[in-house]
Amino acid sequence: MRILSLAGRRLAASVPTLFLILIGVFLLLQLAPGDTVDALMAQMGGGDAATAEALRKFYGLDLSVPAQLGNYLWHLVRLDLGFSSIYGKPVATVILERLPPTILLMTASLSFAFFFGLVFGVIASRGVNRWPDTLISTLGLIFYATPSFWFGLMAIVVFSVYLQWLPPGGFEDIGTVQTGIWRVLDIAAHLVLPTLTLGLIFLAIYLRIMRASMLEVLNLDFVRTARAKGLDETHVITRHVLRNALLPMVTLIGLQAGTMLGGSVVVESVFSLPGLGRLAYESVVQRDLNTLLGIVFVSALLVISVNFVVDLLYARLDPRIAAEG
Amino acid sequence: MDLSRLEINRRTALLTSAAIAANVINPMRAFAQETPRKGGVFNVHYGAEQRQLNPSIQASTGVYIIGGKIQENLVDLDANGQPVGVLAESWEATPDGKTVTFKLRKGITWHDGKPFTSEDVAFTAMNMWKKILNYGSTLQLFLTAVDTPDPQTAIFRYERPMPLNLLLRALPDLGYVSAKHLYESGDIRQNPTNLAPVGTGPFKFVKYERGQYIIADRNPDYWRPNAPYLDRIVWKVITDRAAAAAQMEAGELHYSPFSGLTISDMARLGKDKRFIVSTKGNEGNARTNTIEFNFRRKELADIRVRRAIAHAINVPFFIENFLGDFAKLGTGPIPSTSTDFYPGPNTPQYPYDKAKAIALLDEAGFKASGGNRFALKLLPAPWGEDISLWSTFIQQSLGEVGIQVDIVRNDGGGFLKQVYDDHAFDLATGWHQYRNDPAVSTTVWYRSGQPKGAPWTNQWGWEDKTVDATIDNAATEVDPVKRKALYADFVKEVNTELPVWMPIEQIFVTVITAKARNHSNTPRWGSTSWHDLWLSA
Repeated sequence: MRILSLAGRRLAASVPTLFLILIGVFLLLQLAPGDTVDALMAQMGGGDAATAEALRKFYGLDLSVPAQLGNYLWHLVRLDLGFSSIYGKPVATVILERLPPTILLMTASLSFAFFFGLVFGVIASRGVNRWPDTLISTLGLIFYATPSFWFGLMAIVVFSVYLQWLPPGGFEDIGTVQTGIWRVLDIAAHLVLPTLTLGLIFLAIYLRIMRASMLEVLNLDFVRTARAKGLDETHVITRHVLRNALLPMVTLIGLQAGTMLGGSVVVESVFSLPGLGRLAYESVVQRDLNTLLGIVFVSALLVISVNFVVDLLYARLDPRIAAEG
Repeated sequence: MDLSRLEINRRTALLTSAAIAANVINPMRAFAQETPRKGGVFNVHYGAEQRQLNPSIQASTGVYIIGGKIQENLVDLDANGQPVGVLAESWEATPDGKTVTFKLRKGITWHDGKPFTSEDVAFTAMNMWKKILNYGSTLQLFLTAVDTPDPQTAIFRYERPMPLNLLLRALPDLGYVSAKHLYESGDIRQNPTNLAPVGTGPFKFVKYERGQYIIADRNPDYWRPNAPYLDRIVWKVITDRAAAAAQMEAGELHYSPFSGLTISDMARLGKDKRFIVSTKGNEGNARTNTIEFNFRRKELADIRVRRAIAHAINVPFFIENFLGDFAKLGTGPIPSTSTDFYPGPNTPQYPYDKAKAIALLDEAGFKASGGNRFALKLLPAPWGEDISLWSTFIQQSLGEVGIQVDIVRNDGGGFLKQVYDDHAFDLATGWHQYRNDPAVSTTVWYRSGQPKGAPWTNQWGWEDKTVDATIDNAATEVDPVKRKALYADFVKEVNTELPVWMPIEQIFVTVITAKARNHSNTPRWGSTSWHDLWLSA
C-alpha cells in the first residue's frame, strides 16, 4: 500500500514535468529551419510549389503553431500520440515496433556493464595500487576514451570481415526464416557486437565508481568492527562492504537507463539495428514532430519508472533510507 | 591558402584513379560467353529510407532502386541512351506535337492477376503524374486528357505542343504506371499500396520491415521470356556508410548504388578483385556541383564579382585532389553525358586566373581594406561529402582574393528552407540533377517567376527576359534539331550571365560484386527492373 501511494505521488509530480518537456521540444523544433515537407522535398529531389502546398495541407502544417501545439496536446490527453509523417502509421505503433530491439540492447549492455563493472571494481579495490588495479584502471580508461563508432567498426572488421564469427549488422538473419530457439540464438548472435560496443563504455564508468565506492566504505568504522568480530574477509566484503558500496551504482543505473534510450544512435547506425535512437535521429532530420514527441514521451515515462524502481531498491539495500523517508 | 599542403592527396587520388580505370574494364570481360545462371539472392545497400515506394508518385533514386523492380515504366533507355519500349510497344506523335499515341504490350498482368490495360495508364497519368509526381506535374502541366479507345492504346492529348523527344527522355523516370483498381478510391498519398507496391515488374513485393529490410521475390508470370534470373532481392537498410562498406567486404551486400559509400571506401574497394567500382550505368543520373549566387547582395548582383569568384577557384586542382576519377570539369548546366543536348565546351568559361579575379574585383570597386573586401555567407547542402569538401575549397580560394566566406551548415530540410524559401544565403552550393532532358529539372534553375519556396529553382532574385524566352521556346519546340540549338543558346546565355555556376560534373559511383552479370548496362541501371541481372556461381 505504501508503495502504491509513493507511486501515485511520483506520477502526479511528473505529469507537469512531462508536459513542460513536450512543449519545450515542440517549440525547440519550430526554431529549426524547415518542416517535414522541406525534408521530404530534400529526399525526393525536388518538386513544384503546388505539390509542396498540397503536402503541407496533408500533414496539417497549414495551421498556426499554437493551433498545432493545441491539437497535439489535446490528442495526447486522450492518449493518442498522433500520426507519423515519415512512417504513415500511428506513432504508438511505430514506437512499439522499435521498442523490443532497443530494450533488448539496453538491458543486455547495461547488465553486462553493471556486472563486470562490479566485479572488476571489487578486484581493483582489493588490489589497490598494485598490478590488478593498474591494469583494470588503464583498460577502463581506454574503453572510456574510445569513441563507440570506432569500437563498433573495428569489431565488425575483426569479427565479421576477417574471422567471420559474427554477423556484421542487422537484428536477425533475413535469408532464412527461423522459429523458436533458433530465432532467439540468431538474434543473440546479432546482438553480441552491439552489446559489447555499447557496454564497454558504461563498463568503464561502473568500474571506476565501484572501485571508489568500495575504497570509501572499506575505511568506515563498521568494517573495522566487522573485522574485529572475527569475520573472515570474504564475509566482510560481500555482506558489509559490497551492499553499502552498491548505492552509487544503483543511482547511476537509474540515471543511465534514460540516456541509453537515445544515446545509442551511433551503435544502432553502425550495426543497422532498428532501435529508438535511430528513429529519434531520423525524426529530427525529417522534422517529424509527432514521432519525436512520442519518443520523448515514452523515454520520459521510462525514466520516471526506472527511477521509481531505483528508489525502491535504495530502501531494500539500506533500510535507513526507507525509515527516514 | 597554402595549396602545396594539398599535394599529399594527389598520390592517393592517382592511385584511386588507376584502380578504378583498371576495374572499369572488368564488366566487359564479365560478359564473355557465359550461360546465365538462374537463382540466387541479390543483397542491395539501401542508405536512406523513403516515406513510400511507389515511383508513380515520387521521382527519386531512393524509390526507383526498389519500386523500379516491382513497377514498370512505359519506356526506358537502352544501352545507348535511346528510348526503348517497356510497357509501351510503340509510339507516335502528330506533327503539331499535341497528340502522342502509345501502343501497349498485350498479355501483361499485375502481380495480383488483374490485366494491365490503357485504363491504368490513363488513370496514372491524370491522377499521379499530373497531380502528385514531382517534376511530373511540371512535365504534364498541359496534358488535358488520356483517351483509351481500346485496352492497348493510350492517346495523350496536350494543350500545347509536347516535344516527343522530351517526353520519351522524361518517361523513363516520370512514366511508372500504377494499377487503377488499387488506387481509384481514397487518397492516393495514403493508399497502403504505396508501402506494399503492386506492379507488372519482374519482382513481386513480399515484405517491408521499416528500418531493417525490404524483400521482393521473382515474378513467375513475368512477360519477358526466361526473366528474371534472380530468385530474390533483399534491400538492407544501412545508414552508416562505413558499416555498409564492411558489410560489402563480409559478403552480406552485393551492391551499393548511387555513391552510397565514402569516397575513401570506394577507392579502397576499387582495388579489391571481389568488387567492381565504376561510374558505368549511372550516365542517366548526372549531376553538377553548383555555386548559387544571391542577387539580393549588391556585391553579387555585379556580374564582375560573380565572374571574379569563378576565376578565383582552381576547379581542375580540386577535382584532381579530392574527387579523383569520380568527377570531371563541367562546362555548364547540360552535362557532357547528355549526347542529345550537350552544346560542347565552347560556351563562356571561367578558367582559374587569380590575377584576373583580383582585377575584376578591383574594377567593381570592392577594394581590399586590411586584406578583406567583403564577407559572404556560404550554405553547403548536406547531400554528400564532395559538397562539404567543395565548400571548404571555395572558402579558402575566395579568402585568397580578399573575400571572407563563412560556412553555415544545415540538414536537408533546413538547407532547402533557408536557401529556396527564406533566401537567407549569399552563396549556396549543392547538386543540380540533370534528368536526361534540360526541360525536366534544369531550366527551372534559370527561368524567372518560380514560386518562392520551390527547391532547386531560380530563387536568386535574378531575371533575364532573353533567357526566359529561350527556355519557353525550347520547351515547346517539336523539331529535335532546332530544340538542341535553342538549348545551346540557353547554355551560352546563362554561362555569360552566371546566376548559377556549374563547374563540376559528376556521375554516381556503383560498387558491385564481381559475380554480378548484365549489370550497369543502361544509363539508369540502378533504377531499372534488373530483369536480366544474374549472379555467377
